[in-house]
Parts: sequence; structure tokens; C-alpha cells
Amino acid sequence: MGERYALAEGLRAYGLIAGMWVRSSMTYRASFVITVFGNLVVTALDFVAILLMFAQVDSLGGWSLPEVAFLYGLSATAFGIADLVLGSMDVLGGRIRDGSFDTLLVRPAPVLAQVGADHFALRRLGRITQGVAVLGYALVTVDVDWSAPKVLLVPVMVVSGAAIFSALFVAGAAFQIFAQDAAEVQNAFTYGGTTLLQYPPTVFGKDLVRGVTFMLPLAFVNWVPAAHVLGRPYPVDLPEWTAFVSPLVAVACCALAGLAWRTGLRSYRSTGS
Amino acid sequence: MGSGRLYLAVAVGGFRRYATYRAATAAGVFTNTVFGVILVYTYLALWDEKPHLGGYDQAQAVTYVWLGQCLYATLAIQGGGAEKDLMERIRTGEIAVDLYRPADLQLWWLAGDMGRALFQMLGRGVVPFVFGALFFPMALPTAPTAWAACLVALLLAMVVSFAIRYLAALSVFWLMDGMGVNQALMITGIFFSGMVLPLNAFPGVFGDIVLVLPWAAQIQMPADVLMGETDPLGAFAFQAAWAVVLLAAGRLLQSAATRRVVVQGG
Repeated sequence: MGERYALAEGLRAYGLIAGMWVRSSMTYRASFVITVFGNLVVTALDFVAILLMFAQVDSLGGWSLPEVAFLYGLSATAFGIADLVLGSMDVLGGRIRDGSFDTLLVRPAPVLAQVGADHFALRRLGRITQGVAVLGYALVTVDVDWSAPKVLLVPVMVVSGAAIFSALFVAGAAFQIFAQDAAEVQNAFTYGGTTLLQYPPTVFGKDLVRGVTFMLPLAFVNWVPAAHVLGRPYPVDLPEWTAFVSPLVAVACCALAGLAWRTGLRSYRSTGS
Repeated sequence: MGSGRLYLAVAVGGFRRYATYRAATAAGVFTNTVFGVILVYTYLALWDEKPHLGGYDQAQAVTYVWLGQCLYATLAIQGGGAEKDLMERIRTGEIAVDLYRPADLQLWWLAGDMGRALFQMLGRGVVPFVFGALFFPMALPTAPTAWAACLVALLLAMVVSFAIRYLAALSVFWLMDGMGVNQALMITGIFFSGMVLPLNAFPGVFGDIVLVLPWAAQIQMPADVLMGETDPLGAFAFQAAWAVVLLAAGRLLQSAATRRVVVQGG
């Protein structure tokens, strides 16, 4: 009973609701295939931009194409997973505005699970697919002296990165309870975050790198662990061991996001309509 | 009532409709500013490696980024302007009401979209641009004529942007669902407008091709006019030519579509 029971219940509710959305999207199979493909192409444009840049130069901020592709693949895959699981949370603002959020509150299932699975869209597999493809390309071409810890860091980065981005989505959803119309602010952190991490930290200003290391710890999605794998200097001269703390950072982010979500939920006031 | 006044009223309506959502506008300003900062740093790194890429220096590349952020919502680069409503009206059959109005369908939607674009530029575009000018070195002209020329280029860009999206929206008369078309609009808009990279920095023959496509009229032309990189009259002619061609194509498609429109129910 207690916490563990609530978690199991939440996952079950999430699965049921997500399954319902999948069934509904499968009704129009051709449309589904086209949207998966479209999602793949749209999200791949970021990488096309990087390829266009490397058509003109040999390195960016001192990093080669395979190294940047490594960063890109990790960032896009981790973000893609979070986007698939919780990415539809940006419709929450609309639900609060039209009052349909109240319906979710009275149902006998955790609200977070309901909101997370709302409009669950399997087409977001497109983003993951292209992220994994670029990561695969990077792993084949990048010049790394692979050791056991380095190999292990790759899946650790993807999983912790997905958790950090998920925490961002949940915190963003909590923010929407206060600022219903301002849902787009969330995009600056989620989509902006993944775009930022697709480029080497050496490209950006020192204060910006410091900010995404200590304030909003996005650097632990890929920059810090990837610097260890690639044998590059760490951003903001972090000590050697920080390459392995991403899972801890992810747990801390999820805990904080959970707190923010509870606070938001408690202070929710219905529009009354 | 003169028909000029009618379309002006429609444009004002479009402007006011978008001006209503203040929090959403502020959120958009914030997001455009964040993306602008990220893009500026990546462009600076690129131009650091290869100075004078595409004939721009670093300050010009920075200016291009912030103009792009200013025009992102203005020109509905990834869609979401008048075409979204138009598609929905065609899908639901409400378009029949529009066709009954004693007004020209294309001009009506053009006026509404121009109103929307003007608001997005003033409400959402100016602030990120000013932010960029304050915190990054930009290549801004001092002569008022250059700004005036840029304004003309912007107005023409708005018309071209509408003309492209109007064509896309009309396709729903045959397709019945705008999802795929919207995706195509988004992909072509982001890529060929030069949102990912200035078109003059595209490599080789590909670079030559993208510079003559209609999307080049959207960000590249106003940017080049603002920074004195091209002859304004030549740029205006390029934009106007595409505007005329695309609007004329829109008219043809419109007459073909309205001849076959069958509205369900009663």
C-alpha cells in the first residue's frame, strides 16, 4: 500500500489512457504513417542545419562533426523519449482555460498520469528515430578509445537525460496552472534546452554555460558525461567525477518537479465554467 | 461603404484578435529571445571558423538571427496564420458562408492575415530584436531610408508568406484534411525561408537554387535590404513578382475549388 501502490496505479492509468489514444490514432493508418514521417523530417531539420554548417567548416567551437553528432544524438534521443512520454502536457493550459481540467481532478486516477497521457501521440517516435539514427552514426564515426565506463555512460546519459527533460515537462505543466496562456514559455526551456545541447558548450558564453550547469542542470544530459567520453575539457572546469552524477541530478530534478507539481495542483482554482 | 474600408476593417479585426492574448504574446517574446540567444552563439562560432561566409560578417550574421526571430511569428514561418482557420472552415463547410459574403475571398483572408502579421511584428517581434541590438553587436543602418526600404520589403514578405499559405489552405478542398499539408508548410517554411541558416550561407548550387525560390522573399530579402547587401529595388521586384505569381495561382485554384464545392447538410 501507500506510495508504491499509488505509483503502480498511476502507471496503470497512464497505460490505459495512452493505449486509448494510440487506438484512436490507428483508426487512420495512412495518416498516422505520414505524421510519423513528417515528425521525423521536421525534427531532423536541426541536424540538417548542423550538416549545412559542416559543409562550410571542419569544426565548430573546436568540435568535429562526429563529436557534435554525438551530442546531438544524445540530446535528441533523451528529449524524444521525454517528449513521447510527457510531451502532450502543453495542452494543459487549454484544459485549465476551458475548465475541462476539473474532470481530471474528480476521476479516480492520479492527475499527473492523466495529464501526461493526454493526447498521447505515437507519432513522436519520429523524433526518437532520427535521434537514434544520428547517435548511431556518431558512435560509428567518432574517434574514441572505448572503455567499459565510457560504453556504460551512453545508455546512462540517454536515460538520465530523458528523466531530466521529463522533470522539465512536469515543472512546465505546474507553471501552466499559474500562467495558463503563457504555455509557450515552457518551449523555451524544453525545445530551447534540447537545441542548446545539440551544440558544443565551447560555442556558448560562459554565463550561459554556468546557468545550464548549476541553475537548470541541463549540462548533465550530455555535455558533462560526453566530455568524459570524448576526452574533452569539462564545461566550467567541473571535477572529473561529475561525469557520473547525471542519474543523481536526474533524481533530484524529478523530486523538485514533483514538489512543484503538487504545489501547483494544491493552488489550482477552477475557472468555474 | 467603399470596399477599401471593408478590407481595412477586416485587417483591424485580425490585429485586435491576436492583440487580445497578452500573456501568450509575452510568452512568445520570451521564447523567441531564448532561441535568438542560442542561435546567435552557434552562428558566431560558425562565422568564427569561416569569416565572411555568404558575404556576411559576424555583426551581419547576428542581425540576421534577430530579424529571423522577429519575423518567425510575423510571417507564420511554421504555419499557424490565416491558413489554419481557412483550412478548418473548408473542412467543416463553413466556407460556404464566406463564399456568400459580398467580398472577395482571397482579399478578405489576405486583409485578416496582414492584420495578424502586423500585430505579431509589433507585439512579438520588436522586443527580441531590440534585445538583440542591446546585448549583441549588430549591423544596423543609420540612414532612415534603409529602414523605410526594409519596411517595404517586410510588407511584401507578408504578402508572399500569405500567398504561399493560401495555396496550401485551398488544397484542403480536395484533401479534406490539412494535417499533411500543414506539415509540409512547416518543413518548407523553416528550411527554405532560411530559419536554420541564412540562404546565402547554403553551400554550392543548392545555395543558388534556394535564393530564387519564393521563400527567399521572406527573411533573406528584408535582411539584405536592411543591411544594404542588395539593391532594394531589385529585392522589391523579386518579392513583388513572386507575390503576383502566387496570388494569381491562388485565384486560379480558388475558382477551380469553388466550382466543385458541395456543402453537406442544411
